[in-house]
Amino acid sequence: MTLYGLIFYALGGIILAATLLAITSRNVMHAIVYLIVSFFGLAPVFYLLGAPLLALLEIIIYAGAIMVLFIFIVMMLRIEVRPSDVRSWLRQWAPAVGLSGLSAAIMVFLLWQEPAGRQVLPLAMASPQNFGRFVYQRYWFAVEIASFLLFVALVGAYYLGRRDSGSKDLP
Amino acid sequence: MIVPYSHVLILASLLFLMGAACAGARRNLIMILVGVEIMLNAAALALVAGSLRWGALDGQAFVLFIFAVAASEVAVGLALIVYAQRRTGSVRADDYSRLKG
Repeated sequence: MTLYGLIFYALGGIILAATLLAITSRNVMHAIVYLIVSFFGLAPVFYLLGAPLLALLEIIIYAGAIMVLFIFIVMMLRIEVRPSDVRSWLRQWAPAVGLSGLSAAIMVFLLWQEPAGRQVLPLAMASPQNFGRFVYQRYWFAVEIASFLLFVALVGAYYLGRRDSGSKDLP
Repeated sequence: MIVPYSHVLILASLLFLMGAACAGARRNLIMILVGVEIMLNAAALALVAGSLRWGALDGQAFVLFIFAVAASEVAVGLALIVYAQRRTGSVRADDYSRLKG
């Protein structure tokens, strides 16, 4: 096993542990901080897999912008942690954990015994220059659609989040 | 030489199923959005690994669009949560069981 392999498995352990803590913690703020750790761990994995620009964007957009937005909203809403008894907790988690555990077992089994998956990944790197040129040559229309989507999201978030200053036309 | 392709896919699938379990089991609306984010991230990881496996940049390009979709989804989703909380005073999914607020 090479050094890159060791780094990959260590990062994978960090990502899985942080995500598990995030989805099980009762406090929403703690969950979001664990999720930031998980995204920070995923960024070097993208770098190892040959996508330095996406690694940077993962930190800037995911761990930076999206998670800060979550933290803002959590601080704004003052969410109270309600104590719940074991029965309702079990009724919430048992179907979800059972079904996803079953599909995880099937997926891991299928991926493990598939001979085509044993091929070791090469060490390659797509420079941001080449990547940007590729995106704007092959997917320029999708870039336009993505920018339009972001604009629509901006307008929609503004419309939903405005204060109703005495106007009656609020739906 | 990094790792076998299947190991990356196993990591991505475990991450995806954790996100799915989070979106299905939690009752807090914000935690449901967090689960969706985890699922989008796992899909991005699988796409990047496939892009390296076949030596084509298309996978990475799609990850770029996944980022755009995730950002806009979070913006609109959180705005909806704030709007719903302002109207009903709750962020628990169980409290939204009536059609007419």
